[in-house]
Amino acid sequence: MKKLLVSPAPHIHSANTTSRMMLDVVIALIPAMIVSVLAYGLPALTVLLVSVVSCVLFEYLIQRFILKTKVTINDWSAAVTGVLLALNLPACSPWWMILIGAIVAIGITKMTFGGLGQNIFNPALVARVLLLISFPAIMTNYTGPDAVPLTSMFASLAHVDATSGATALSAVTEGLSQGQTIQQIFPEGHNYLSMLFFGIGGSAGEMSALALLIGFVYLLVRKVIRPHIPIAVIASMFVVSGIFWLIDPSQYTDPLFNILTGGALLGAIYMATDYVTSPMEPKGMVIFGIGIGVLTMFIRYFGAYPEGMSFAILLMNAVVPLINKFVKAKRFSKEAK
Amino acid sequence: MKTFNIGGAHPNDNKISKDAAIEDFPIVKKAYIPMAQHIGAPAKPIVAVGDYVKVGQKIAEAGGFISANIHSSVSGKVQAIKPVADLAGRPVNTIIINVEGDEWLDSIDRSPEINSNITLSSKEIIDKVKECGVVGMGGASFPTNVKLSPPPGNKAEFLLINCAECEPYLTSDYRLMLEQPEQIFVGAAVIMKALNVDVCKIGVEENKPDAIAKLQSFESKYTGIKVVPLKKKYPQGGEKQLIQAMTGRYVGSGKLPISVGAVVQNCATAIAVYEAVQKNKPLFEGVITVTGDCLPVQKNLKLRVGTPMNEIMDYIGGVPEEAVKLISGGPMMGKAIANLNAPTVKASSAILALTADQTLRKEESNCIRCGKCIDACPMGLEPYLLIRYTKRNNLEELEKNDVFDCIECGCCLYTCPANIPLLDYIRVGKADVMGVIRGRAAAKRAAAQNKPENNKKEK
Amino acid sequence: MSDIIIWTVASLTVLGLLLAVILYYVAQKFKVEENPKIGEVDSVLPQANCGGCGFAGCHAFAESCVKQGSLEGHFCTVGGNAVMKLVAEKMGVEAVEQAPQVAVVRCQGSPDKRKKTNDYGGASSCKVKASLYTGDTGCKYGCLGEGDCVDACNFDAIHMNPQTGLPEVTEENCTACGACVKACPLDIIELRNKGPKGRRVYVACKNEDKGGVARKACSIACIGCGLCEKVCKFGAITIVNNLAYVDFNKCKLCRQCVVVCPTGAMTAVNFPTPLPKKKETKKAPKASEITKPVVPPINDAAKTEAAKPIAVKSNIATDNSAKVQAKKELKTEKKVEE
Repeated sequence: MKKLLVSPAPHIHSANTTSRMMLDVVIALIPAMIVSVLAYGLPALTVLLVSVVSCVLFEYLIQRFILKTKVTINDWSAAVTGVLLALNLPACSPWWMILIGAIVAIGITKMTFGGLGQNIFNPALVARVLLLISFPAIMTNYTGPDAVPLTSMFASLAHVDATSGATALSAVTEGLSQGQTIQQIFPEGHNYLSMLFFGIGGSAGEMSALALLIGFVYLLVRKVIRPHIPIAVIASMFVVSGIFWLIDPSQYTDPLFNILTGGALLGAIYMATDYVTSPMEPKGMVIFGIGIGVLTMFIRYFGAYPEGMSFAILLMNAVVPLINKFVKAKRFSKEAK
Repeated sequence: MKTFNIGGAHPNDNKISKDAAIEDFPIVKKAYIPMAQHIGAPAKPIVAVGDYVKVGQKIAEAGGFISANIHSSVSGKVQAIKPVADLAGRPVNTIIINVEGDEWLDSIDRSPEINSNITLSSKEIIDKVKECGVVGMGGASFPTNVKLSPPPGNKAEFLLINCAECEPYLTSDYRLMLEQPEQIFVGAAVIMKALNVDVCKIGVEENKPDAIAKLQSFESKYTGIKVVPLKKKYPQGGEKQLIQAMTGRYVGSGKLPISVGAVVQNCATAIAVYEAVQKNKPLFEGVITVTGDCLPVQKNLKLRVGTPMNEIMDYIGGVPEEAVKLISGGPMMGKAIANLNAPTVKASSAILALTADQTLRKEESNCIRCGKCIDACPMGLEPYLLIRYTKRNNLEELEKNDVFDCIECGCCLYTCPANIPLLDYIRVGKADVMGVIRGRAAAKRAAAQNKPENNKKEK
Repeated sequence: MSDIIIWTVASLTVLGLLLAVILYYVAQKFKVEENPKIGEVDSVLPQANCGGCGFAGCHAFAESCVKQGSLEGHFCTVGGNAVMKLVAEKMGVEAVEQAPQVAVVRCQGSPDKRKKTNDYGGASSCKVKASLYTGDTGCKYGCLGEGDCVDACNFDAIHMNPQTGLPEVTEENCTACGACVKACPLDIIELRNKGPKGRRVYVACKNEDKGGVARKACSIACIGCGLCEKVCKFGAITIVNNLAYVDFNKCKLCRQCVVVCPTGAMTAVNFPTPLPKKKETKKAPKASEITKPVVPPINDAAKTEAAKPIAVKSNIATDNSAKVQAKKELKTEKKVEE
């Protein structure tokens, strides 16, 4: 008589797998990757490749030789970290800087905490912040000796000074510190439509709001992420920015500008929604998103850095375990009178 | 369309056997009738080896308040009364009968006409149901007469008939709805009289439109009974989910449906009640679906309790090569069969054959804290947390996180992208916590009776 | 410039002094009063905090000892007699000694002996497997092989053998803390006396089915035949529910039971010499120890049970109606050592 397989119920499984969900994130980022390569050319592609390869390689090396555990690079999580890291760096980043970023992201932020699912902080963001603090000149300079300047089409559409390479946000910080008003910094105002399509210059992933939104829709359709966090982040940024802008438009940038610049969309849609470092329940997700939005605006308006999303997300990452512990989803038993 | 609000999963319903009309399974040569076919104490045999029994004759008495009578499903001589392994390999006291012919008790009304004239009183109905050994046919096998007698202080407001059949592959209830719809209505009317309620709702999932239409055609004939279509979502057929979807009320933790005024009965149970009360026929047969993509045929078989399952598989051509797992029940909550020689019981609903592709578990990986298990849990629990506490044997935290609310539906394991065996561990943790709670309650009772009791708390 | 330095030093000094005073005051006010003896006893304990003593950690054990004032009912299995002697010294009481114990796995049902009847596909946990069904073999009492015992051990003393699918205890590391015993859902692991020179005899089986059923499921099962009970001069063996059990307090390690056991369920561990002949007086064992269990060959002489009455078994406590099922089918297979 043949031997039957015996196991506890349930006996079937949905098609969800971790690797499929990670792959979906990479696919969702393809429009943004395309735009960045179109805008910055070969250097952007190089950054992308170096970042992804080094992240995956470091994970393989650490798992195989240092930890001597099962190698799990086929779950695509290292690749996702690689892509997100690349999209957070300037197109002209030197290869060694990317390697440092990769080792920090994978080795320190992810592996030392126990590998996939155990890290507290978003790996790509920790790497970006570390590089920002360690190499501020390179990280804020969007041209350089190796850089290909933005293709002219993009330069005119994008609100960036193609030669100096400063982003709009850093222009704001510069200008305000020199006593200018917003109107003086941007005399012609903003062309929001162009910002939507081709954004404001900056790191490779911040270029096109539209490309990022296409990816967002894809992730929603594939049920990879829920809309709570991105909407909470953007909405709270809008509200906080709106309040301050209404109070004094000469000192505070307007809400739409804030949403479309500085990696706000990239952060809200792809970085803040990272499963491991975000809350697990809808109510908690909303609190998390609001915290990020408020902190981002405060850092942008009152902090020393022109761009606050990375820091805001990392700060809220630290609070996530607390949110998970105290903000619980609807329990059936609690609904009963 | 109505549905339950919290959680749920969407497995493919795969009702590939839905066009298989119910057919009679040939009577077996030897029947193995277990004494434990219901929740509660096993029944006690009242026949002896060598006795000749008829179909429908009582052969075992209820073993306690929560127990049920058992009747012979065949006619013949009792060959032995001894432990026989169930489908999990555990020995259960069983009456083995060598079948001779098919002689039924004369008292059973075998005519095909529907008897819709309910003459018995409420109490008489409950006694009749008890005498005929009717138990819940939805899987739980709770003695129906106990369900129809609410504890003092609880009043039934309405009856809900569970025709959801939310488990994939299962179609026995669906076929009963198509082929015996009026029996369901009369059975519901009988139960309504027993409970003294005048509102009855029959919940059917929307993936059975012809069954809904068929049932709705009887609404005018039987007052107070309405058919309610429900959105297709697993586990709509879960008692608490059904009540919430159809009435909006939430049954509290550790409480029974009667606490919100609801009594839920499966449609096959309603038919069993009809047959018991109106036709004098005890419960000794049922319909099971034999299905699976790898099977050469799909069947809905009406068979007698005590049929060895290997004979059922032989009848349909044997266990196919590609089938690696045979399940008694549906794919989400059914039990994998370890011992195919085990007999069917009253609440057997299906034998499902799954191939390796369909059922082999993928390799487990790290929890990525995606929260899909929490989204899927219909009781709003947090499976990722419960499995962690179970592995660390932290019974206190398990209790605080309401592990005993778990209905073991399997949505969490089904959805988990990391293939973590969530429910396997949660079940074990739940059993441990239930043990502690029962121990606590027992100690309380003993203390109340002023007995000195060592209150040992298990580690 | 010096002004700044003076102010800095002065302010930091004052701050430091202030904080020191506050800390001292707080430390005194919120000090937990504890009998200093508890700390003394705690300091000689192994600090493994394994719970083997039954208390929540070494400090709790020390507390309980001191509060009780004596060592009755208290024994640290990890530290053993050496540590208990120290504890007794600290407390000023008589030392208690206990025979050192070790965890023993009472199952030898590897796949070559105990055929698999189905495949298990659930979570890798014995507890889950045991709650699901009676296991993937014909013996519902035998080891399930998923390794809950291995996970429970804090001392690296038990490991699964991949060939046999059974756990094996590393004697040198085992502290008899009992974690594996608690972890096993089928109570297969037992704490038994280590025995003089680490030698012990026990029944490596838990099968309570009737002999025929047990043997069909596993070739090395105890069939409850009772031969061991009959041959034991010291009344150490009892048969309950078709299963033999050796009382380690009574066993004198003569190994006659091992000689007569027809299936090989009776196991002798750490004996350097081969088995004695039946009914012979025991020879003094050699000093060298072998750690491999010595498996006895079945001698055909056992078949012809010349029922020469052995010395009166006066201390047989049980009056069990042991069914002496003299099995005629004694296999003469040689058991292979792993």
